[in-house]
Amino acid sequence: MSVLVYAENWEGKFRKSTFEVVSYASQLAKSINSEVHAITFGNILEEELIKIGDYGAVKVYNYNKINKSNNQAIAKIFTEYQNFSVFIFSNSFASRSITPILSIKIGSSYVSNVVSLLDFNNKTVRKQSFSSKAFELVKINTEKVILSISSNAFGLIENKVNCNIELLDTELIGNLNIESQEKSRGKISLSEADIIVSAGRGMKGPENWHLIESLASEIGAATACSKPVSDSGWRPHSEHVGQTGKAVSPNLYIAIGISGAIQHLAGVNSSKVMVVINTDPDAPFFKAADYGIIGDAFEVVPKLIEAIKNFKN
Amino acid sequence: MNILVCISSVPDTTSKINFKNNNQEFDDNGVQFVINPYDEFGLTKSVMLKQELGAKVTVLSVGGPTFEPILRKALAIGADEAVRINMKPLDSFVVANEVSNYIKDNEFDLIICGRESIDYNGGAVPGMVSELLSMPFVNACIGLAVEGSKVILLREIDGGKETVSVNFPAIIAGQKGLVEESELLIPNMRGIMQSRSKPLSVLEPSNQEIRTNSLSFSLPDKKQDCTMIDKNNVEDLVNLLHNEAKVI
Repeated sequence: MSVLVYAENWEGKFRKSTFEVVSYASQLAKSINSEVHAITFGNILEEELIKIGDYGAVKVYNYNKINKSNNQAIAKIFTEYQNFSVFIFSNSFASRSITPILSIKIGSSYVSNVVSLLDFNNKTVRKQSFSSKAFELVKINTEKVILSISSNAFGLIENKVNCNIELLDTELIGNLNIESQEKSRGKISLSEADIIVSAGRGMKGPENWHLIESLASEIGAATACSKPVSDSGWRPHSEHVGQTGKAVSPNLYIAIGISGAIQHLAGVNSSKVMVVINTDPDAPFFKAADYGIIGDAFEVVPKLIEAIKNFKN
Repeated sequence: MNILVCISSVPDTTSKINFKNNNQEFDDNGVQFVINPYDEFGLTKSVMLKQELGAKVTVLSVGGPTFEPILRKALAIGADEAVRINMKPLDSFVVANEVSNYIKDNEFDLIICGRESIDYNGGAVPGMVSELLSMPFVNACIGLAVEGSKVILLREIDGGKETVSVNFPAIIAGQKGLVEESELLIPNMRGIMQSRSKPLSVLEPSNQEIRTNSLSFSLPDKKQDCTMIDKNNVEDLVNLLHNEAKVI
């Protein structure tokens, strides 16, 4: 009944969401007096690998010759760990390219967008549904289960243990050819961000986004946008948050010049705290927000940048 | 080239979500159903491929009779044939089984799905089908081009983009970018007229094994009232975020 967790890395470094899923797996293992092992792919330094132990994993298997973009090859590696019954993944694109394949290979259930610990007695788990507009309680009918954990739903739980490293040089070629990669450098990724500054049509045009970017960099946030903004090409699609874009759940979501249509709220309402800045006092977003300022973004945002600078000093 | 597009019928994105029967079932009273937005990008892309390369486009749904309007709409947009597998889609596994059985009986070069449906957000069917049929699977695609017997895909990865190529037959899950929102095809009068004479067949499911059950639903807790801050005192907001909300 041990728990196996996929510890994703990006260019040899673990991110917060990795430590989050390891924390989740450890909590789960604790509830059944079991232990957590982790798998990771690519070249990673030992000093980085042992960090997995800070969150409770007692063993990490590092396959340094397998390309982590190859979802099918990775799923195949996981099938060598059939003595595990619970498999924990993040909700990332990479994880979700592996999990459905693995579930068929090992005959397990698969539940994504998970927001609660797995209840071993009732074999139930809670997930987000209807694009975060609702929660769904799901019953698992199989012995093995794979869960993709919603980001920022649990946070980090430190639980330092000794982590043994096992290096494996298995080579496996999957069924896709990886041609090239283009990384968005120096930016905080939306799914990872603790704070997101998001803006809508109220910004009037892409030329005004420097305000949003300055605020984001001042507060250490990722930038996002509403659907009309990405549809008009003001910002890339990868920044679109909402029901048909990305669902996000940061600690702090600051919405500037976004009215708060139900489709937008669906993707952001699992944020812990929401701040809304809008000229229209009747904007529906104020009903969902924790803090609101009625005012013009061009007036309020520069003041907010100043206020944050002062606060940091 | 034979293309299969898998589409689902979902509540319109503006729908308020409510449940009935002790919160065990989605309340569809007064709800408008549409083609799942993630599937729509793939549908338009397949019709574009048909125009460019001369493909045959089949659309497939696993669902009850209420799914027929979206299949008719897909035919009106330009698909050649529609198939409905007559079953309540209870979980991803049972749907994936039905879809892969249909594909086994009919040869397709390319199968296009949406990244996830906006109702149950499982995001599992395309990947499961790929494994059931031993095909390559590429998730979160934002670009697709056919080159001979290969398909070149641009996909979103965590923190960037990646170009991959796979040989036919392959299954992909798409999202916005596969085509732009402004390129999405909508039915015109001619398409609607033609759709009436295009085949829409109904097949019965083969096996009904499910691996998960949906027990009940709940809605998020109501938020407390919004604390308003004067636009001339934005430093108050910074203080509240630090001292009260403790998020900065």
